[in-house]
Amino acid sequence: MTDASVRNAGYDDFIDALADSEGYYLECENGHGSLPPRRVCPHCGSRELVETALSEVGEIDSYTVVHVAAPSFADDAPYAVAVADFGGVRLTGQIQSDLDAVENGRTVAAHVGESETTGDRLLTFELR
Amino acid sequence: MTNVRVAGVGLTHFGRHPERTSRDLFAEAGLAALDDAGVERGDVDGVYYGNFMGALAEHQGHQGPLAAEALGVDAPATRYESACASSGVALRQAVRDVRNGEEDVLVVGGAERMNNLETAESTEALAIAADELYEVRAGVTFPGAYAMMANAYFAEFGGTHEDLAHIAVKNHANAVGNDHAQYQREITVEDVLESPPVAEPLNLYDACPVTDGASAVVLVSEDYADDHGLDAPVAVTGTGQGGDKMALQDRDDMATSPAATKAAEEAYADADVTAADVDVAEVHDCFTVAEVLAVESLGLFETGEGIGAAREGTTTRDGDVPVNLSGGLKAKGHPVGATGTSQIAELTSLLRGDHHNSEYVADADVAVAHNAGGTVASAVVHVLEVAE
Repeated sequence: MTDASVRNAGYDDFIDALADSEGYYLECENGHGSLPPRRVCPHCGSRELVETALSEVGEIDSYTVVHVAAPSFADDAPYAVAVADFGGVRLTGQIQSDLDAVENGRTVAAHVGESETTGDRLLTFELR
Repeated sequence: MTNVRVAGVGLTHFGRHPERTSRDLFAEAGLAALDDAGVERGDVDGVYYGNFMGALAEHQGHQGPLAAEALGVDAPATRYESACASSGVALRQAVRDVRNGEEDVLVVGGAERMNNLETAESTEALAIAADELYEVRAGVTFPGAYAMMANAYFAEFGGTHEDLAHIAVKNHANAVGNDHAQYQREITVEDVLESPPVAEPLNLYDACPVTDGASAVVLVSEDYADDHGLDAPVAVTGTGQGGDKMALQDRDDMATSPAATKAAEEAYADADVTAADVDVAEVHDCFTVAEVLAVESLGLFETGEGIGAAREGTTTRDGDVPVNLSGGLKAKGHPVGATGTSQIAELTSLLRGDHHNSEYVADADVAVAHNAGGTVASAVVHVLEVAE
């Protein structure tokens, strides 16, 4: 098993920044967005990546309400997960309350929350 | 370049066999395939073996050599892993190696043992086919990812859950009479719509079951078949593979499966056929919506029009292009690493005329198999034809 105290460089730095309301993504010179760790843009292969501030809000592209969860989210279900467009980049996050109000096109803000089941931190969306 | 023939096929029963090891499952399927082919074990040049989660479910890595010795074969053996497309990619490699003249006789197959895990544990194991950091940690399950694709499809092209339910009904009907199938019973649209929700809009009956099982095929060069007088009327004439970004968030569109489209285009060009030539298909319906994406990527339907195929009867066994006459992953079952070559086994039987549903495709010459990994970040397509 992996040692949970060992960080995933790049990913955990991104989550730290998002938790401090200083979220960012990696942008290449062609305007493609991606999330760390990346050495090249996965869309065009550019190696010129800069950290660009994440938009405060995004818009839900698609979502689902999960009723059957993995053990690590057993106590969290039901919950919604969504892919939301934040302009330059899309994020996947969990919505933990007000599930009936979730719909495509809904505006969300990205935060860092925690799993009820494990206490592990995770990317969450707040309905706006 | 030599042509490649399917000399023999073998399948275990697909279902709940929690006590059976994957090595034993594969032995049953592989020996059946060798017997069906009439090929001596000493002639086997290699074993190409698909398996996805053996490291988690059986605490067993390095399964290639175990697969070979399970067949009593003394030859190099390699395990291939591309999630649910594991044995599909193994088959593609084998087709290329026989064509290139590198090998004459290969056993290709796969096995998966899943029901020795609790349902929650197998859900977690299957999720490793998604992006751990950016999907799984946010709570995306495998059904959840396909549910987001279904929602995106409905939003972009229209369609309803009832349309999807007709796919499950069709595939269950096709499995009746398939002795290898996990569920040999019919269901109704109401059964699907009233089954418990898994990840909205998908219910329990939109999803394939958790399955233990194995499959194998024996591929031989045309020269070997001729020299040894084998009865091997079915040829693999086309192979194609496509890839996509791992996470849905990194794709341009969640309502289509471009990796499968690319795989299909490559396989059709390789076989010098078009989608219009396809008489019968086995596609990767791990969830009902996956069959919609598959038939569109295969060019059997225009993008946005595959949703009504089962409801309208085009893909039912009496339809123009029957899809999943085996019962598909939905009713036949989905032992992940075994699925790709099980599709080849089913299509070979259908084309040979010894399948329980062969009567529906008596004049069929061209068949296509579509095997997908993850949320179609991997896709492999093969064309089979009656060669003699």
